[in-house]
Amino acid sequence: MQYLVSVIDDKSGSATDDEMTAIDAFNAQAQAAGHWVFAGGLNAPSTATVIDNRGSETLFTDGPFLESKEYVAGFWIFEAPDLDVALKLAADGSKACNRRVEVRPFYGEGA
Amino acid sequence: MTDVHAATTRAHREQWARVVAALTRRFGDLDIAEEAAAEAFATAVERWPVDGVPPNPGAWLTTTANRKAIDRIRRESKRDDKQREARMLQDDDPPEPTGAIDDDRLRLIFTCCHPALALEARVALTLRLVGGLTVAEIARAFLVRETAMEQRITRAKAKIKATRIPYRVPAAEDLPLRVSGVLATLYLVFNEGYLATGSGSDPVREELTDEAIRLTRLIRALLPRDGEVTGLLALMLLTDARRTARISADGELVALAEQDRGGWDRALIAEGHHLVRERLATGEAPGRYQILAAINAVHTDARDVRDTDWSQVVALYDQLIRLDPSPIVALNRAIAVAELDGPDVALAVVDRLDGALANYHAYHATRADLLRRLGRSSLARAAYDRAIELAGNTAETAYLTRRRDQLNRTL
Repeated sequence: MQYLVSVIDDKSGSATDDEMTAIDAFNAQAQAAGHWVFAGGLNAPSTATVIDNRGSETLFTDGPFLESKEYVAGFWIFEAPDLDVALKLAADGSKACNRRVEVRPFYGEGA
Repeated sequence: MTDVHAATTRAHREQWARVVAALTRRFGDLDIAEEAAAEAFATAVERWPVDGVPPNPGAWLTTTANRKAIDRIRRESKRDDKQREARMLQDDDPPEPTGAIDDDRLRLIFTCCHPALALEARVALTLRLVGGLTVAEIARAFLVRETAMEQRITRAKAKIKATRIPYRVPAAEDLPLRVSGVLATLYLVFNEGYLATGSGSDPVREELTDEAIRLTRLIRALLPRDGEVTGLLALMLLTDARRTARISADGELVALAEQDRGGWDRALIAEGHHLVRERLATGEAPGRYQILAAINAVHTDARDVRDTDWSQVVALYDQLIRLDPSPIVALNRAIAVAELDGPDVALAVVDRLDGALANYHAYHATRADLLRRLGRSSLARAAYDRAIELAGNTAETAYLTRRRDQLNRTL
């Protein structure tokens, strides 16, 4: 089962050098344990563009779809057998990147 | 007939959690387990008066519930789906060596009290799936509509399924934290029963206090060496022992100092003291429930309030504050300080908590009492007013109102 771990941030600017070192070490561990599927850091919300192509013309809007004080600054996708394993990975991830994270399962069997 | 009724009630009390837990393990689905268990008990209510009580009610109920579950799975012809789900929830690994008995009920309790669930969802799930209360009973106990409670339970079960909360006893390293989540849930159930909120409700809801004690006893039977489990059970017993003396005939809260100690339940006190001594004998550092139990042991040790060993109470609160430096603990400690060092010393402590506890009824009630004892009546009256405004328990409101009105007469 796969879980999305979103990194929640309220300050602009990317991770510090110390945080990057900790994140790299954590990624290496998660990869070695076979949990790591994908991860990435996102640029600032101000770089976002919202696209709406539901109607007759394609609309582009500058900025994020939600203006909020907190935003998703990056994410991991982990493969884990159950929520307890995913929570443990998320807790280690939170420590490594020094930010709060949110865990959400992908639709899977039985969901 | 009454024998059959008693046997059915006893079977429900003793077997419900076992049946739900065993079915959850077998079918890997809380919904199926809950429904099949409910159907099996309904069948027992119907059949036992006619056929007689089976020699082994637990086995009869489990077999019947199993059959009901299989019937339901066939009926819904979702057999493949359900088996797939079963693999999902099921955990066939033996639990880590925790010193715990491998009892399915323990898995059930840990699943219901998982930290990813909100505390109110844990309470509802635990009372339904482990305690066997009906949704209507739980809704009534927490003063919410039955549909709202049903939804709360359904959502919690859906989260367990969608996020794959495992059905297992946590690993040894996670056990202390997870047990504390279970105990917090049970303590909330107990407190809601002991100091029930809601203006239209009984001041004490025995169905909740009794259920909390029963479930804590169950957890103690399953985790006998866990000090905090024993501590919480002792705390509940020593608190519950004072239940009848705590509310007067006309429904008013009776303060600890004014309670008729002859009305305390000596058997519960003896059991609580025994548990506290058992923990002391281990020489292990106590956790918060054990310290709270010890404080209650000191109170229940005194045949007269004047015999209370207040220095011991304050020393225990000092110990508790080191573990839990919260303003509420500081407030309770101040109440003991008032007895040891005088209300003026206590008031100075209490006044420093104003920022954190300004909306907490007990803060104002404590302040009011200290001000009253110091003869500062107009300040006391204002504090009583605020406490009455914030208090949610009918017996407590009655007590505070009388105290305030006594002040009025003296002015």
